[in-house]
Amino acid sequence: MDNHPQITSELIEEHGLKADEYQKILDLIGREPSLTELGIFSAMWNEHCSYKSSKLWLKTLPTSGPQVIQGPGENAGVVDIGDGQAVIFKMESHNHPSFIEPYQGATTGVGGILRDVFTMGARPVAALNALRFGDPSHPKTKHLVSGVVAGVGGYGNSFGVPTVGGEVNFHSRYNTNILVNAMAVGIADTDKIFYAEASGVGNPIVYLGSKTGRDGIHGASMASAEFDDNSEEKRPTVQVGDPFAEKRLLEACLELMQSDSIIAIQDMGAAGLTCSAVEMGAKGNLGVRLDLEKVPCREEGMTPYEMMLSESQERMLMVLQPGKEDIAKAIFEKWDLDFAIVGETTDDLMFDIRFHGEQMAHLPIKELGDEAPEYDRPYTTPPKPLPLPANIDHDENTEIAAILETMMGSHALSSRRWVWEQYDNLVQGNTAQIPGGDSGVVRVDRTQKGLAMTTDVNPRYCEANPIEGGKQAVAEAWRNLISVGATPLACTDNLNFGNPERPEIMAQFVDCIKGIGEACETLKFPIVSGNVSLYNETNGKGILPTPCIGGVGLIKNIDEMTTVAFKQKEEFIFEIGGAGSHLGQSIYLQLMHSLEAGDCPEVNLDIEAKHGAFILEAIAANLITAVHDISDGGLLVAIAEMALASNIGAKISLDDDKLYERAFGEDQSRYVITCSAQHAENLKELAVKLATPVKQVGTTGGSDITINTNSVISLEKLRHTNERFFSDLMNDKLSLN
Amino acid sequence: MKSAIVLFPGTNRENDMARALKMASGIEPDIIWHKDQQLEKDYDLIVLPGGFSFGDYLRTGAIAANSPLMKEVVAAANKGVHILGVCNGFQILTESGLLPGALLRNKDLKFICKSVSLSIENNQTAFTSQFEQGDIFKCPVAHHDGNYFATPDQIENLEANNQIIFKYANQENPNGSISDIAGISNEKGNVVGLMPHPENAIEPLNGETRGRAIFDSLVAKLG
Repeated sequence: MDNHPQITSELIEEHGLKADEYQKILDLIGREPSLTELGIFSAMWNEHCSYKSSKLWLKTLPTSGPQVIQGPGENAGVVDIGDGQAVIFKMESHNHPSFIEPYQGATTGVGGILRDVFTMGARPVAALNALRFGDPSHPKTKHLVSGVVAGVGGYGNSFGVPTVGGEVNFHSRYNTNILVNAMAVGIADTDKIFYAEASGVGNPIVYLGSKTGRDGIHGASMASAEFDDNSEEKRPTVQVGDPFAEKRLLEACLELMQSDSIIAIQDMGAAGLTCSAVEMGAKGNLGVRLDLEKVPCREEGMTPYEMMLSESQERMLMVLQPGKEDIAKAIFEKWDLDFAIVGETTDDLMFDIRFHGEQMAHLPIKELGDEAPEYDRPYTTPPKPLPLPANIDHDENTEIAAILETMMGSHALSSRRWVWEQYDNLVQGNTAQIPGGDSGVVRVDRTQKGLAMTTDVNPRYCEANPIEGGKQAVAEAWRNLISVGATPLACTDNLNFGNPERPEIMAQFVDCIKGIGEACETLKFPIVSGNVSLYNETNGKGILPTPCIGGVGLIKNIDEMTTVAFKQKEEFIFEIGGAGSHLGQSIYLQLMHSLEAGDCPEVNLDIEAKHGAFILEAIAANLITAVHDISDGGLLVAIAEMALASNIGAKISLDDDKLYERAFGEDQSRYVITCSAQHAENLKELAVKLATPVKQVGTTGGSDITINTNSVISLEKLRHTNERFFSDLMNDKLSLN
Repeated sequence: MKSAIVLFPGTNRENDMARALKMASGIEPDIIWHKDQQLEKDYDLIVLPGGFSFGDYLRTGAIAANSPLMKEVVAAANKGVHILGVCNGFQILTESGLLPGALLRNKDLKFICKSVSLSIENNQTAFTSQFEQGDIFKCPVAHHDGNYFATPDQIENLEANNQIIFKYANQENPNGSISDIAGISNEKGNVVGLMPHPENAIEPLNGETRGRAIFDSLVAKLG
């Protein structure tokens, strides 16, 4: 391949660069770039790697706090959990590739995020994933669900990390742009955390892991453009995952990290060798020289251009202490992984790429990152939701229990067991809560501490009102952590939106960030890592705005963890935080009235904090036997889920004149708890003291859910309905629902 | 009880197993590397733990069964040393010829992680003495290839010699295994393989605790 072709406007466009961006390159280097250089710029300056549309707004998010050891900017965020230990976590999207090739797209999404976590020295102890698919009746949905779920499991199960939580949702706005957001959580000692910043001149740069192939070339550029009718032709840009290589890479890296040999380490993720090498050099104020003939390649005849842009998986780049090469080599050979010294750090601040001695690229390293375009994209006001009808025509001829059953069998509220039973959620032997509760929980090995984790967002809320929707995503994650008895520590965000060049999409992005920022600030729940995925759009139609929040909390004593399941019959059921009243954008309206209308419920963050504090105090005082937050579907759905988790029924009484609002309203900052009769007075006293509304709405017992004495459904029937959605979807029997 | 856990590349439940062995015996097991040419000590128990040795590429357990150390494990088994293979370990035991039969892909072709009921079919072994005959208890499975298959002759032999140790009970066979077989022994009774994970059912945190009795049985026999 000629490294100096004529740089035509077609070639520039093929590299995803705009004319003004190319002009910026010419100004920066004062000459026409080589082909390799053009490739490097396209890799560094695409949306996925440069955050050029989002950076301005991301800077406004709160990222610090006494617990934060490392905020955004490294491979993952680092938060103190006491006793010299830290939790390291991040969430990242693999949306575009997963639509094109669901199994491999999902596996490499999981692999990428696991690598981000162990690059920093942490052993991954849990994984979560937030998946969004199109309408269940869309012809591609079934195939995408089965491929993505198998891919998520295929990677995590083999790698040996328990998948303990996540979300799966359906909406027609994801028909041609699904979302696969994967989160990984690891634990490290605070004195053994590794960063990307290189130091020292003349130190060896070492390539580790799998060989470089032609897969994934321009993957990051693909993820920075919207889809059209020919998107499936992009299959060759999807990488292929090898969890066995990743598992060995993990063990080899952690073994080497014990030996005080590593100065800097960076995984090769998006834009592979280019991005990792530039980052290590630029962060350390150093130049980098790479001799590409030394890069282990899977195929013969790979060009420097291909090597610099390959996104082959399971690869790492390290700067080693001089003289430690043999120690590192021995460890990597033990694990049958490639090890090669491919270059060294220099003092000239240049990114110097050579191939058999010939210079293929010579670019100023700091500017590659720092001078990336940054846009203040114009935004208007986000689109307004349909107005809520003045009178909702409730179907009063159908019993409330029958409505509950229909809702519990729907795509929105049905059991996700079919999904999470394909994930090993037990490996490592520390799992305390498997999927199905409010948060996944794992014990911190050899301690009594527990880590709680959740991912949350309600995209319909974000579409109706991006500011409140952004707040709500944070508040719900926070609430889910509280519900298992955890003190929320910090969160990671995965911001999935449409094309930011459209001002109404940019407006959604800007407002969601405002809401997220406000909630994180008030709840002292900073963002420590994250990822932005834009251009989730096909032929000009974007996804619902989906800023997914991954929250992590700490349980001091795992024996005091709470769960959603009812524990005993004859216990009191309390609704905490006020009665339901708000039906705008509710699941009830969506499912029973085919209506997505009205404003979403408002989140009052001070009230949120107060109610959360009440729950934690009540748990600490042993007043509560079960907790569940009230979210999608409202009070009755929360109670039904608690009953199904335990096989203990409930008798519930609700105001007849506001039945649907009370049953299915999605007002925020609310929980359902159970409490033994003997503790009820203490609970009410605590509620008065902490100014939190509590109201008894029923008692546990029996094998039915009975509402207002006259509407009854057996748990057996409800369970049958709740469990069948996914098998019906897979067996083409959805119409029977 | 001096025990060792063999580590293959891709093994991922060695720490779960070590925790269970330590809890039952009070002694940390040795973790030994599959490329070792010999066993450094006289072990009372050698465990092949769960995971995806060699990525489950080729065929589950097939590559691991040819690791250098496996020759020593087979020799030790033939001398009467107790060998326990769990999940991928069970697959390696069938591939190495220490146990009859094979583990095929689950009947619905998906990985399955869930708690199932197991019954004790033979409590007269070093692995099950702390159970009652016919005991039924809950234990998790987590596998893609746990569908036990053997020829009718082999099944007849297994039955005749009381080599079927664990069965899936209460119609909870998760993978299509023939005769609901979850775990078997060799003829001498010193080698046992099973698909479920008793090491993930040993303490209240796990939800189920009766897997512990397998390790207690081994300690009762082996000290």
